[in-house]
Amino acid sequence: MANVLVNAPKTAKRGSVVEIKALILHPMETGFRPGPNGRIIPRNIIERFTATWNGTEIFDMEMSPAIAANPFVSFFAVASESGTVGLRWTGDEGFVVEERVAIAVE
Amino acid sequence: MDHQMDRRRFLAGTAATAGATAGAIVVLPFGSASATPEAMAAAIRKVVGDTPIREGRVSLDLPPLVENGSTVPLVVSVESPMTEADYIKAIHVFNEKNPQPGVFTARLGPRNGRAVVGTRIKLGDSQKIVAIAETSGGQFWSARADVIVTLAACLEEAT
Amino acid sequence: MKVLRLGIGLAIVFAASWALAQGMADKGATDKRRSGTQDMGEALQKMQDDDTANPGMLFVQLGGQLWGKAAGAAGKSCADCHGGAASMKGVAARYPAIPKDADAPVDLEGRINLCRTANQQAAGFPPESRELLALAAYVAHQSRGLPIAPPDDPKLVPFRLKGQDLWKVRQGQLNLSCAICHDDNAGRKLAGVTIPEAHPTGYPIYRLEWQTLGSLKRRLRNCLAGIRAEPYAYDATEYVMLDLFLMDRARGMMLESPGVRP
Repeated sequence: MANVLVNAPKTAKRGSVVEIKALILHPMETGFRPGPNGRIIPRNIIERFTATWNGTEIFDMEMSPAIAANPFVSFFAVASESGTVGLRWTGDEGFVVEERVAIAVE
Repeated sequence: MDHQMDRRRFLAGTAATAGATAGAIVVLPFGSASATPEAMAAAIRKVVGDTPIREGRVSLDLPPLVENGSTVPLVVSVESPMTEADYIKAIHVFNEKNPQPGVFTARLGPRNGRAVVGTRIKLGDSQKIVAIAETSGGQFWSARADVIVTLAACLEEAT
Repeated sequence: MKVLRLGIGLAIVFAASWALAQGMADKGATDKRRSGTQDMGEALQKMQDDDTANPGMLFVQLGGQLWGKAAGAAGKSCADCHGGAASMKGVAARYPAIPKDADAPVDLEGRINLCRTANQQAAGFPPESRELLALAAYVAHQSRGLPIAPPDDPKLVPFRLKGQDLWKVRQGQLNLSCAICHDDNAGRKLAGVTIPEAHPTGYPIYRLEWQTLGSLKRRLRNCLAGIRAEPYAYDATEYVMLDLFLMDRARGMMLESPGVRP
């Protein structure tokens, strides 16, 4: 059960610039904090967020432990043609989540 | 006491730089370890190399007074036509007091239409944040922001 | 004649709207209670108001997934008995309440766990577990925008009064009561932050300090630790009594679940 919230318009005028916002459930454990037993809690973060438009990469973000828990990212994209925006989060402990949203361009 | 020393050294460093530079291009004092913490300066140098960093074109939007440092909204906007010929290819954000200097690097292109990226970051303490934008032509533009993180009175104890 | 009638008609309309406006102004003037939202900066208010920016909505989404998932020996999901989420509208606005055939009140999380054990024949969720908070957030979210409306059940009264006593009693090494901070000094500063009036309008809340969702119980435990008192045990009735008192104190205020707080 991946928990992701994506906000993108369902339709857009050809050539217009649309905002895409995404929120994902993830602890973003820094690897610098001691746990209750005094030992450092191992780092567990999302390292990379990538967005594609019909398979072509349009945006990429390398994250560090300084990104807040439950990472939020917003960016813009030119609505070039109808299709699918693919979002992908990858990180420590084999974390991979993918989400797709469709945008109809008129 | 350490804190005061840092501040004095910082002020001295900035004053020296201000005296040494003039004109539209301001060379930020990244080379001087006493002006900004070494780690941030080194991390920035790694990205920009010897290219001068200019102030302007970038706006860094953060609340000046943060109620809790664990989730601070941040938006970086860069003036750019975002065409094939002239676009912003990367936005880098750095901080000076977290354990690591790098916050994020976003890679963009003409297909973004607007060079604007928003996210939320963690800030362990009041500090300076630097955003640097890299143009397709290889120029670097920057903006800085001072953020004050207030400390809550009743924090949860580790139980 | 027509002109006169029109004149009288208009006068009535004006009088009525004036009275209405006065009534609203009076209500606004007399109700000076403030939700914690009003004490937050603009950035955090925006985070709470935007459903794709409010991290609490991730838990509402998770709660929605759990709502439809069969559990326990009975093999039933919440939806099998309750149907869609719409059936939960108003529920969070009237809890805590006394379940049928019981003599002590339970809070919303307690009610969810009762459903788990009695109806689904599954183990109850541990306190502050992600599943319990997610289901509570999903249920509470259905009451967003509704006024807090505690039931008039006379059986609740003694528990509510006990909650009021707990609110007022000094405790801990700092020898403070809840009331000293949140009634007598609300709106003033403690270190860098404004002391809130402590109305439970947004629970479960996404607290930035916690970097996750948490219950009123967790917040009350924080307060107790803050005044150097020993928090009540997780299953103590004291939390439910305080919840009852606080919900009555916030009667009529709007629910905002899931709230965002610093």
